Amino acid sequence: MTTAEQDAVAAAARGADLAAAREGTRPSPAAIWQALSHVPDPEIPVVSIVELGIVREVTWVGERLVVRVTPTYSGCPATALILQGIEEVVRGAGVAACDVETALAPAWSTDWIAPEAKAKLAAFGIAPPGPVARVDVAGISPLRRAREAVACPRCGSVHTELVAQFGSTACKALYRCSACREPFDYFKPF
Amino acid sequence: MTSDAALLDYLLRLADNGLVLAQRLGEWVGKGPVIEEDIASTNVGLDLLGQARLWYAYAGEVEARIKGTGRDEDVFAFRRDAHEFRNLLLVEQPNGHYGDTIARGFLFDQWHVLLLRALAGSTDDRVAAIAAKAAKEATYHAERSADWVVRLGDGTGLSHERMQQAIDGLWMYTGEMFAVDAGEEALAAAGIAADARALKDPWDAAVGAVLAEATLERPADGWMQSGGRTGRHSEHLGHLLATMQFLPRAYPDAKW
Repeated sequence: MTTAEQDAVAAAARGADLAAAREGTRPSPAAIWQALSHVPDPEIPVVSIVELGIVREVTWVGERLVVRVTPTYSGCPATALILQGIEEVVRGAGVAACDVETALAPAWSTDWIAPEAKAKLAAFGIAPPGPVARVDVAGISPLRRAREAVACPRCGSVHTELVAQFGSTACKALYRCSACREPFDYFKPF
Repeated sequence: MTSDAALLDYLLRLADNGLVLAQRLGEWVGKGPVIEEDIASTNVGLDLLGQARLWYAYAGEVEARIKGTGRDEDVFAFRRDAHEFRNLLLVEQPNGHYGDTIARGFLFDQWHVLLLRALAGSTDDRVAAIAAKAAKEATYHAERSADWVVRLGDGTGLSHERMQQAIDGLWMYTGEMFAVDAGEEALAAAGIAADARALKDPWDAAVGAVLAEATLERPADGWMQSGGRTGRHSEHLGHLLATMQFLPRAYPDAKW
């Protein structure tokens, strides 16, 4: 993790800690949510893991805090860092006993990404995902699948073309804008 | 065979398919024909590896239900010999040229998507959850490999010829994708596993449509090689494992 990200995590932890100190009690789930909302995604640091919809639930079960997360892709190499970031924030908030649980179902979807986060992605140069098309279940006909028009995050043109179905990470495809000629990443609907 | 023993076997088949194909795709790192393809094939491998880890984790828990203790993902991956692997012969076939790799991925991906979508409706919640997640990933794999089959098949004279040879050469490994043994039959009857025989028609339709668009001929269903799912592998798997397992076997419990 970069220093900036570590700082963000540490600052987030301090915020929750202060909130807990004010209440003179263990931090509320809302305070933990607030703290987690400052944990950046390691691959796309302009958005937080809360905005991406990775954090699903924060609850106290007896004396233990349970944070339920749903990872994005099965092989996402950032998953371990994300779980580590969550534990740091929670521990930094003064929580002694915490379980970070992984929930596989329902499977993570780009439809869970907050609208503000989609705007941040676009500002960062990543075309945000459109809505996930309802997938046909009667077998796949890949070439007939209508491709959505993807707008260039730089110039806004929809005259763009797919270069590769997988870009810098599995969750992104590589596109090229025919208008401004710039390549860009597209966060695929998933 | 108890149902847990059959389930363990079934989960290892799913996991080993992912691990072995991921290892093959990893062999392209730094050697792809263009950088976009280098990245794409290894990203597909990463998805498959992630799926394999989820299947291994569940396999270990099922094994613990049977024996009291279960192996973890590292033991499954690095401490088994070739005859203990349960993957399809198709996925262990060498990368060959890029058309061979694409053809292998295409034949597998089309089947994988159908299988995972069927398993997403499994009566076993864990199987259903892993499959539902993996099916989304496999859909993108299938889209990409089919795209390339069309581009290379309907490309130049040379690319067409090579793509046809690749499909012809791998066809005999597709038969065991649709075979069902007694254990799987019992699991399918309980709604836990998918009945692989039911995948044949939709697979034929999807593969046939892509091959037609690629101006390639669908090979006739002749004699089919089988054995991977019961641990009888081609010589290629041993070489793959020798590379993959060297470090953890030479330096047991080494930490990164």
